Amino acid sequence: MTVYFLCVVLLTMGLYCLVAKKNIVKKVIGLIIMEYAVNLYLIIIGYKRGGVAPVIERGMNPAALERFVDPLPQALVLTSIVIGLGVMALMVAMCLRLYEKHGTFDMSQISKLRG
Amino acid sequence: MNAVPLFVAIPLGAAFLIPLFGLWWKKSGEVLATLSTLVLAVMAISSIGAPAVTHHMGGWAPPVGIALVSDGLAILLLIAVNVIGFLCLVYSLKYMQVYSGLPKYYSLFMLMVAGMNGVVVSGDLFNLYVFLEIASIASYALVAFGVEADELEAGFKYLVLGSVASVMILFAVGTVYAVTGTLNMADAAREISTRFGGPEMNPALLLAAALFLMGFSLKAALVPFHAWLPDAHPSAPAPISAMLSGVVIKSLGVYAICRVFFHVFGFMPGVTSSVILANIMIWFSVLSIVFGGLLAVGQWDLKRLLAYSSVGQIGYVMLGIGVGARVLATGGPRSLAGLAILGGLFHLLNHAAFKSLLFLASGAIQQATGTRDMKQMGGLKERMPITAMTTNIAALSIAGVPPFAGFWSKLIIIFAAVKAGLLVVSFIAIAMAFVTLVYYVKLQREVLFGTVRGAVENAREVPALMYVPLIILAIFCVGFGLLYPVLGYRILEPARDALLNGAEYIKLVLG
Repeated sequence: MTVYFLCVVLLTMGLYCLVAKKNIVKKVIGLIIMEYAVNLYLIIIGYKRGGVAPVIERGMNPAALERFVDPLPQALVLTSIVIGLGVMALMVAMCLRLYEKHGTFDMSQISKLRG
Repeated sequence: MNAVPLFVAIPLGAAFLIPLFGLWWKKSGEVLATLSTLVLAVMAISSIGAPAVTHHMGGWAPPVGIALVSDGLAILLLIAVNVIGFLCLVYSLKYMQVYSGLPKYYSLFMLMVAGMNGVVVSGDLFNLYVFLEIASIASYALVAFGVEADELEAGFKYLVLGSVASVMILFAVGTVYAVTGTLNMADAAREISTRFGGPEMNPALLLAAALFLMGFSLKAALVPFHAWLPDAHPSAPAPISAMLSGVVIKSLGVYAICRVFFHVFGFMPGVTSSVILANIMIWFSVLSIVFGGLLAVGQWDLKRLLAYSSVGQIGYVMLGIGVGARVLATGGPRSLAGLAILGGLFHLLNHAAFKSLLFLASGAIQQATGTRDMKQMGGLKERMPITAMTTNIAALSIAGVPPFAGFWSKLIIIFAAVKAGLLVVSFIAIAMAFVTLVYYVKLQREVLFGTVRGAVENAREVPALMYVPLIILAIFCVGFGLLYPVLGYRILEPARDALLNGAEYIKLVLG
């Protein structure tokens, strides 16, 4: 239970960083922290103490099946890391373009649109 | 062999091939993208009235493998996405010529279509998330495609908020997996209804439901999650604004809410948390109707006015869906729930037609006059008769003037809300329908009619490639209303039945 709670704390920290920081690079870092909090959460869902890799061999003791870890969350995390990489690349590219236009990373100086 | 995987495979393949061929063939984007969207539009139209089918990817049966499901609801969205996509692409051929890097534009466009089609046909929660991200990343890049200061700022805002939504959705997907042990939507729905079918929902599932609602509402730009939309939609090139307002917020937001809440969680009569969820949906939609409508009135930037109006109109769509959900959750008559849902889906289809028309027309006006400021326009009817005429039809339809389609869908939604006993909500909806009329009358007076003045003096009608999509969409705006008894029911009623009968969906996917 505590680990799940810590995941949520990490998520909230990322969200706080995203909302409170004015520097857009720090906002990007906040978003990455949020993404990794969720990745961690997915990994913990599939965690099993003393688990082994889920590979079935011929003549295997059925009791050993009990010790297999669930491979699905790990596959999900791999996919989500790749997606996170794509989002991060786009975000950093936009930050650089914004810096070229305005000469600053400060959102309060960049912001002209009213929302 | 059924055609469902092709809805994802064709645009994905085109998105890959366009930049590749673009290296030595300048027109690769135009040719390949037009061909593939044309094929997709024809496939979508030909699937009207087709029976619901499930495709097992790689031959693996559903709980293990990934299923692609095309039922009535999916077909409705496929038609909207692919037909609007084709028309916007035809419009882009001329409109986008002033931009550079066109193969990238067409590649991103096809990626966005692939993502939306994927979200619509996916029968698997994680797959839905992946396709949602494909469509979202493509649209972030497309919003910032102009790489000027405003576009970049709007794109960055959209990216940050959209990514927060995606993180919430992934969190929810993980939670559903942790509780039910499956990612297949039908399998998860069966687990939830058999194991947690009591008066209270499992707290972990309640958390997942809340996160899903927040994530998808952000993608759908419902108030209070709408802050990115009025910046992002006007900053994008006009065909992309039309796609974003016309179909992206619907397929990533409204459709996903419908699918997840009606089919995975289900609105079971007598379940307290279902009633609360339905009430939250209604509150979000009422807030959207009020804030979107009121903020639109004060806008002088043509595209910002349209963007705020999108917030308001998506509120009407969600109001229909939310009233249907509430009637189901409180154990009311199913026919009434069906009526409310039908109204919502009808308005979704209408909004796709008239809002993409209005955004395409705003692009034509911007290109002809060089401005989006309504104060500098007037008498457009004299200089650009076709654009002005089609804009007028769309404005009348969205404002809810009787023979046009927008009137019927709003009437059904409000009628269902009254019948469901939500008198205050329906009163607000009626009052705000008049406000909608107010800001479209403003648009007509300031832009279309009156004496020719300001930037309109030197405007000329746009080329045929740009106004033909406008005419086709205008025909839809009139036709959806008048042809409902002939054609509309074949698209809308299967979609309504699909939403009403969650058990049918489980049977369809798991066999």
